This record gives sequence, C-alpha cells and structure tokens, in this order.
Amino acid sequence: MTSRVPSLILGRLLIALVTLTIVSFAVFFATTLLPGDTATILLGQAATPEAVAGLRTAMHLDEPALLRFVYWIGGLFQGDLGTSYANHMPVATLISGRLANTLKLAGLTTLVSVPLALTLGITAAMWRRTLYDRIVTIATIGVISVPEFVLATLAVLVFAVYLKWLPALSFTYNVDSFSGLLRAYAMPVITLTFGVSAQMIRMTRAAVIETLNTPYVEMALLKGASRPRMVLRHALPNALGPISNAVALSLSYLLGGVIIVETIFNYPGVAKLMVDAVSTRDLPLIQSCAMIFCFGYLILITTADIVAILSNPRLR
Amino acid sequence: MKTNSSTGSLAAWSGYRINLVGLTAFSVVLFWALVALFAPYITPHSVGEMIDLDYFGPMRPGLWLGSDYLGRDMLSRIIYGARYTVGISLAAVSIACFTGVVLGMTSAVLRGPVDMVVSRILDAMNSIPSKLFGLMVVAAVGSSIPVLILTLSVIYVPGAYRFSRALAINIDTMDFIMVARIRGERLPYLIASEILPNIIGPVLADLGLRFVFIVLLLSGLSFLGLGVQPPYADWGALVRENIGGLPFAAPAVIVPSLAIATLTISVNLLIDNLPQKIRDRSAS
Repeated sequence: MTSRVPSLILGRLLIALVTLTIVSFAVFFATTLLPGDTATILLGQAATPEAVAGLRTAMHLDEPALLRFVYWIGGLFQGDLGTSYANHMPVATLISGRLANTLKLAGLTTLVSVPLALTLGITAAMWRRTLYDRIVTIATIGVISVPEFVLATLAVLVFAVYLKWLPALSFTYNVDSFSGLLRAYAMPVITLTFGVSAQMIRMTRAAVIETLNTPYVEMALLKGASRPRMVLRHALPNALGPISNAVALSLSYLLGGVIIVETIFNYPGVAKLMVDAVSTRDLPLIQSCAMIFCFGYLILITTADIVAILSNPRLR
Repeated sequence: MKTNSSTGSLAAWSGYRINLVGLTAFSVVLFWALVALFAPYITPHSVGEMIDLDYFGPMRPGLWLGSDYLGRDMLSRIIYGARYTVGISLAAVSIACFTGVVLGMTSAVLRGPVDMVVSRILDAMNSIPSKLFGLMVVAAVGSSIPVLILTLSVIYVPGAYRFSRALAINIDTMDFIMVARIRGERLPYLIASEILPNIIGPVLADLGLRFVFIVLLLSGLSFLGLGVQPPYADWGALVRENIGGLPFAAPAVIVPSLAIATLTISVNLLIDNLPQKIRDRSAS
C-alpha cells in the first residue's frame, strides 16, 4: 500500500510556488509599467540631468524590465525591500512594526471567531430546519451580503454612539492596561469577527449536514442514538476535514477585511500603511505590502487544500 | 396550448413558481433598477445644490432623508448614487461573466495545453486578494469610471471561468457533444449551441452572486476614496463623505449603508430562492 498523500501535497506546494511566481510577476509589472520616471520622482523637479542619469544607473533603471524583476526578487530574498519614495526610509523598517500590529489583530480575531463560528455552525446543523437554524442562516446571509465598512459603521453606531461602551473611530487608548487593550481592540475585532464567522458558519453547517446525509449516520439514528450523540460522535469526526478547510478559507477573508477595518478605525497596521502608500503613489512600499498580502493569502489557501488532502482517508 | 392547457402546462410551469421571499427580493432589486434607470426624472432637488442651512440635517418633510455634510439633499444623492453603484457593477459583471464563461467553455472543449495554461494563469490571478488588486490598479493608473469597470471585471473573470469550466466539462462528456464533434462542428458552434444552452441557468445564478461581490468591492474601494471620484458619488462614496456624521447617527451615513445592504441582500436571497427549473437547468 503506497500512499498518494506525499505526492499530492508536494504537487500542491509546487502549484503554490508557481502561483507565487506569477503573482510576484504581476505585482512587479503592474507597479513598474507606470507613467513617470522613478529617478525623477526620487530626486524631485530641481535635479540635474546628470544626477538623474547617475541614479538611474545605480537603480538599474536603464536595464530591461525582466532583469530588474530578477534584482527585485533577489532583494526580497535578502530582506532588502527597497526605499520608500515618500520619506526615504527603508521599506523593511516601515513595515516591520506595522506587520506585528496586523498579525495581532488577525490573531485576536481568529481566537474569537473560530470557536464562535464552529459552535454556531455545528449546532445549526444539529437542529436543522428549526427556528434557531433559520435565524442563524438568515443572519449569516445578511452579514455576508454587506460590505465590511457597513458592518464597522453599524458596530460604531451600536457600541460607541448608542451604548457609549467603546471609543468610536480612533486608536487612542493606551494599551498598557488590560481594559485599555480590550477597548482599543474591541471594535476592529468585533467587525472582523462578524465577517469571518459568517463565512465559517455557513461552510461548517454545510459540511456537517453533508455528513449527516450519509448511510452510517442513518444507521446511528436507527440504533437510537440521540441527536447530539449522532452529530458529535458519528458525523463530526468525518466532517473535520471539510471544516478545517472552511476555517482556513474563511480566514483568508481577513486579508480583505483588514484593509477596510484598519482604515476606518485608524489602526496602525500594514493594510493602513498600504492604503496610505496608494494615495501617495509610493511604489516600493505598495509592492512589498502587496507581496505580503498575496503571500499570506496563498499560505491560507494552500493550507486549506492540504488539510483537505490529509483528511481524506481514501487517499491514505 | 390555449384550450387543453389545464394540467399539462401547469405541470410544466410549476417548476418556475417562486416563493414569497424570492418575490420580495425580486421587487427590491427591481425597485433599485428602476431608480437607477429613471434617476434624472425622480430627484426632487439637484444633486449638487446646497439647500439646507444646517449640515447632517435630520429627516423631515421636503428633505425626506436629511441633508449631507454640505447641506445637500440626501434623497437626490442616493437616487443618483444608485446609478453609479448599479450601473458600474452591472457593466463589470457582464464583461467578467462573458469573458469568463467563453474562456471556460473553450477550455472545457479544447482541453490539453490551452486548458492547462489558461487555468494556471487565471488561478494565479485568483490568488491575489480582490481588494488588493483594486488598490494596485488604482495606484498604477488612477481611478476613473472606465478603469473601475475594467478592473472589477478582470478581478472576477477567474471565478466565472472556474465555475463555467466545471459545468461545461460535465456537459462535454455527454453523447450529443460527441455526435456534434463527429459531425465536424467547430468550436464556436460547440460552445454556443451545444454547451451554453445546457449551463445557462446556473451561469445566470452565478452572475447574480458575482454582481453582489462586485457591488461590495466597488463600495469598499469608493469607501477608501479609491473608487468613484467626486463630483460623482456612488453609495460607498456617500458613506465616506458623510462618515463625520457617524457620532450623531446622521441619516446621511446610515441611509447609503442601508441602500447597499438592501440591494446585496435581496440579490442573494433572490438567487437562493430562484425557481427550481432555472437553478437546475443543467441537471434536467
């Protein structure tokens, strides 16, 4: 019995690598084939033609785009992300602190949303076609259909304007004390949790229901197992694969979500940095942020696929 | 058909019956479509005219949805916003689905290297988060309505491609396709006359879902100030301009948010409750 799992996973990782190459290609060319000369932008209007020419040579701007792409990728591997146009600081320095902030936000959201979504998704499947299930289903459709900034706006209206529990739009609380930390992170985490959980609940519910329709669950029903026992003992172990797949896929929603949430709550993360970089057209910064996002997204999608492969007993 | 239709045609049409939720959702979608279409005839005031001395005015007779941050009539601005939100999204989703479905069916019929290359490239595009893609294009070429339409459609081509390719591959294994191939039919005929009619139902439902995604993305970009640019404003841009009214719960922030929500939720509910016949067209 030879297992097909290693070769399948290897193939999936290879595809991820090819995809990453194509994506970095796209990111690089989308941002370099722009009107305007980089050297002139860096040196400003008053620069002498000699200075511009010198900088062009130093930055390899005279060489073909393909070669510059190779230099850029090489730089990425050595941790050299280039220099920001806007404030002439190394991009790596600008990003490092911000990245930690964004990861903290994403981590907190994951901690809150995964248990919440799994509980709601599994119980909704357990009591399918009841009022409870219908309410959960309609609520998740509602949340999925609405842009993140509307969720954020509603959260601000409810928690900050009417209830006055939390600060509205700014990241002003000191995060030294526990309660300060809680209040500073509450709004962004609540907003993101809504979006992520809605996806996860829907997919979890669908996965459990699919297992509930199998013959061995019917068998459990016939031998008189109670409904919770039928779901938790018989169906759930076999739904674990699809569920973890759903978790990884839903978490990739975070990447789009943080862009809006960091902007609206003025949260100092990578996404906010990138939105600001777009308004100042700071290309090296945009390229690096874009690569970080694409990389994170790819990791989550690939993880989802690999989990799906690993959890399929037929492949072992 | 006219005389002896009692049972036969009833049975034939019963599959097209739509339930109450679907009907309500359909009315809301139709409502916004009509608002967008007839915007210039139904606005009570000019969009740019400042008619209220106060800003973020409350709802009151004459100013049914209050006034915005410059004292302009919110009702008129919402009505015109419908034009941009619905119009841009509709244009983008049409281009995206047309391109995606044609490519998907072509890949399914041709298979081999064409399928491999197109699938791999579109999969790679799919692994760029959509908002990020939008941000990058706006950073590169700036934001205008044609650029927005094109960007939004490019972002959603891979999804439409994947969906229609999967459906078309199922159809492609059927005998009548084999017969058509042996008959010597060419690619355009195969995809237009043999495959498309058999997948059109699910493809249209998919188009509706993608329309929702596009409305959400467009609103998101406009909200970030990177979508529709002043003096024009779609619903996302309306939320952005009036975000200052949030601490006083001004209708100027709430109403455009609600407008987006009603449109997208209705489209989603409509698709979920589509008549069985349309949804399962490929299965029948």
